[in-house]
Amino acid sequence: MKIGVVVFPGSNCDHDTYHVLKHVCGQEARFVWHRSPDLSGLDAVVLPGGFSYGDYLRTGAIARFSPVMQAVTAFAARGGPVLGICNGFQILQEAGLLPGAMLRNRGVKFLSQPVHVRVERADTVASVGLAEGEVLTMPIAHGEGNLYLPDAELDRIEAEGRVVFRYTTRDGRLEDAANVNGSARAIAGLCNEARNVVGLMPHPERASEGALGSADGRHIFESLIRSVAHAGSSLAQAG
Amino acid sequence: MALARVYVTLKKSVFDPQGKTIHDALQSLGYRGVADVRQGKFFEVSLEGMSADEARAVTEEIARKVLANPVIESYSIEVSS
Repeated sequence: MKIGVVVFPGSNCDHDTYHVLKHVCGQEARFVWHRSPDLSGLDAVVLPGGFSYGDYLRTGAIARFSPVMQAVTAFAARGGPVLGICNGFQILQEAGLLPGAMLRNRGVKFLSQPVHVRVERADTVASVGLAEGEVLTMPIAHGEGNLYLPDAELDRIEAEGRVVFRYTTRDGRLEDAANVNGSARAIAGLCNEARNVVGLMPHPERASEGALGSADGRHIFESLIRSVAHAGSSLAQAG
Repeated sequence: MALARVYVTLKKSVFDPQGKTIHDALQSLGYRGVADVRQGKFFEVSLEGMSADEARAVTEEIARKVLANPVIESYSIEVSS
């Protein structure tokens, strides 16, 4: 199994993500430069965190026009698993692959701290094999993670079961204080209609080894790997 | 040469944490009469070889596709030649 990690100018979690995929999960991984539209041979694609294009204009707004994003869009349309982490999530929103947009955190500050997220759905490429209701501890590091969608849209994605992760307390209770960035309905992660594109704000790659304080993030990558294995790589294999 | 000015602001229905923070600061400075502040972005786009109408059409497209995110933002355009 081979997983691609897209590198934009300003990505800064690309090497951490590569490290976890390759050295912690034992999978083949390769970097994909943002100017390359070539995803051939890849079974899954990760858009890592960072500050692509210095967050100019809006977070992820310029990266979505990189040549690689047309390839990612086509890959996703064929059912290929795509995971966007933090800035990767923002890029997927700007590209229209995931709904919503990120406002500045409600307290305006950049937040860098561990958070707890509850798994709401275990039927997406980034959560298969997890238990619904399970709570994962991972760090966030963002200034714009305050998810916004109009109420009618929120109702629709909730009805479609597309909220994958929610900010909660350590024991899985919804509390305003646990929703640190003020996201609508405490949403920390979402998926597309086909459930093969998932975005989340916390950084699983920074919490995939015990020495880092939490290894919960590893489950996200293991889910991605499991979903490729289940689907059979023929479906996801980029042509 | 036409000059287009594009103003991008958060939609009225969208909470603006930065505007709120600026408003709070103005309150503590004693500007009691300031009822609200909304923060936005301003762009100047210079367009060559176009009439004002063409420049407006192109700018409209640029604003919709790139400068504003329609999920959270709206925009207005002024064109002068």
